[in-house]
Amino acid sequence: MTIHISLKLYASLSDYLPDDVEGNIVRIELDDSATPHQVIDRFRVPRQEAHLVLLNGVYIKPEDRDQSAFNDGDTLAIWPPVAGG
Amino acid sequence: MAWTQKVLRINLTDGSIKQEPLNMEWARDYLGQRGLATKYLTEEIDPKCDPLGPDNKFIMTTGPLTGTMSSTGGRYSVVTKSPLTGCVACSNSGGFLGAEMKAAGWDMIIFEGKSPQPVYLYLENEKAELLPADEIMGTSVWAADEWIHKKHQDPLIRVATIGRAAEKGNLYAGVINDLHRAAGRSGVGTVMASKNLKAVAIRGTRGVGNIKDPARFMQAVSDGKKVLHDNAVTGQGLPKYGTQVLMNVINEVGAMPTRNMREVQFEGASNISGEAMHEPRESDGKPNLVTNAGCFGCTIACGRISTIDQGHFSVENKPEYWDASGGLEYEAAWALGSDTGIDDLDALTYVQFLCNEDGIDPITYGATLAAAMEMYEMGAIDKETTGGIELRFGNAEALCRVTELTCRGEGFGIDMGLGSRRLCEKYGHPELSMTVKGQEFPAYDPRGVQGMGLGYATSNRGACHLRGYTVASEIMGIPEKTDPLTTDGKPELVKAFQDMTAAVDSSGLCVFTTFAWTLEDIAPQIDAACEGDWSPDKLLEVGERIWNLERDFNIAAGMTAKDDTLPKRLLKDAAKTGPATGRVNDLDQMLPKYYEVRGWTADGVPTSETRKRFGLKALSA
Repeated sequence: MTIHISLKLYASLSDYLPDDVEGNIVRIELDDSATPHQVIDRFRVPRQEAHLVLLNGVYIKPEDRDQSAFNDGDTLAIWPPVAGG
Repeated sequence: MAWTQKVLRINLTDGSIKQEPLNMEWARDYLGQRGLATKYLTEEIDPKCDPLGPDNKFIMTTGPLTGTMSSTGGRYSVVTKSPLTGCVACSNSGGFLGAEMKAAGWDMIIFEGKSPQPVYLYLENEKAELLPADEIMGTSVWAADEWIHKKHQDPLIRVATIGRAAEKGNLYAGVINDLHRAAGRSGVGTVMASKNLKAVAIRGTRGVGNIKDPARFMQAVSDGKKVLHDNAVTGQGLPKYGTQVLMNVINEVGAMPTRNMREVQFEGASNISGEAMHEPRESDGKPNLVTNAGCFGCTIACGRISTIDQGHFSVENKPEYWDASGGLEYEAAWALGSDTGIDDLDALTYVQFLCNEDGIDPITYGATLAAAMEMYEMGAIDKETTGGIELRFGNAEALCRVTELTCRGEGFGIDMGLGSRRLCEKYGHPELSMTVKGQEFPAYDPRGVQGMGLGYATSNRGACHLRGYTVASEIMGIPEKTDPLTTDGKPELVKAFQDMTAAVDSSGLCVFTTFAWTLEDIAPQIDAACEGDWSPDKLLEVGERIWNLERDFNIAAGMTAKDDTLPKRLLKDAAKTGPATGRVNDLDQMLPKYYEVRGWTADGVPTSETRKRFGLKALSA
């Protein structure tokens, strides 16, 4: 089944968003069996740079990123290693 | 040995200035800066003293690596008793002043008493003079800095000074050095003002030598710099986006304190984020961010240098604010932005400039304004109180106007200078003050980051992220990822971060290095520079000793386990959105275990065995 999710790529990963995107968010269509790694690969984000991967704000461990994860309307947000304070 | 082994002691009451040797026995136990100055403070003042009275002392202190070639080795701290919290205060700043103080030959400057007239200290290597400051009293930080440079005709002087807010008694005024670096929290600038000390101007030409093993030190420093360079956080993320890269992260995980912490996500977060600071403005095509900037010796350079859109209402016809200056860090952007419901990047930048110009802590200020906005919206204060200002959440014009008043200590700004605890008590709503021990929260809602709740509750200077930044682990996965919504293992995690940070804060280095460095990277640098055997384990021992000493100071000052708590809003009102929906902070599940792993009694007092282990003695009766 086809679903739609929002993909957010932040910090240096915003370079991997399509040129016509405003801000850091793009709506994408995918099959409900898709995995986070498939989305990451689709946008050519190097997997080692996808450090902080949040599905609806909840961290997805690297070992779980090959499992189907999405429901219609979800938000997947991804950052490279970042910190501040 | 990296320490200069010299302390400058200045009695402001009688104007005497003396040099004395650094207590090296204490240096071996407390290293320097935060730890060593806290030891001096604890030995020299009554913890129950009036923080704004002559019996309190005001200590400016460096670490052994301050002024050396270690990356970020430019830090200095102000240690005193806080007028905001009544606890021990230690506020840490970068810039260039700390290194200049060290190059002038001093580990520490201890100010005691109170000057009968306004003065500033002029320090040029061994030459130290108290000079009249009448002409710069009542002026801003920026004006005082310019006046001192012109008077001494030396552009290389480094200046730390207070602004008008401190002089007017604002309880969270900081000490600003190099125009926009701040020993910002806990009202250390207010203490400086209480002593009639307007500024400290330093010129040091001696350099920092006396390194124990120069060749080994250079190798250890070189190794450390490579680690910082190769790390994605310290080598790429922080230089490009600064701490502001966190704005979208923390909002996404549902830990963004919003509208006086009523909510945990802010709909305008992306408009005031690190990414937004890179976006060209519609009006002039220029981004908010001009460049990044580094403090002395820093190879990270996370600082933000920004401009405000010249057409923005906040700076219209105010060309003095059109040039580039110190811009938004995440902590300021959160407090001034999401906590007040304002997503106007130019307005926030203008207010940040004002906070620097007159030396107030933007975290406490923003949180105090948020509490005032909530009281205004519920009718507890009105336009008569605010001087006609419509103090509603989201009102950027109100933010700018109230900040101007607060920085100058005028009108409603006098009330604002009380901080949120006293302000909310004054207007009958103490429950609306989002504080621990009287100090306002930083930028992580503890309902969404459980460990930070324990860190806030037990922080020795009131709510603070820089006493144990478990966000690194709970959100960012540094050094390893833990679940932000569980309490399991958090007492141990909080203790580990607190002890490690206390050691780093005592070294002269910036705590941001620890996003890449462990103590395994830091210890070799200290060990090569300093007399003694400085292993990672020794540093952790020093950090734990410092934590217990600070705790004992606070106990003697009157704090008890009842003060190790959070506002009811965070313990009773569940988060309504995001991953933490339905959660409060489960402090009661963590605090007893924390006391246990600390070696404290169930009442939060270090046991005699714990004190003995660190060579401490009870300070309280």
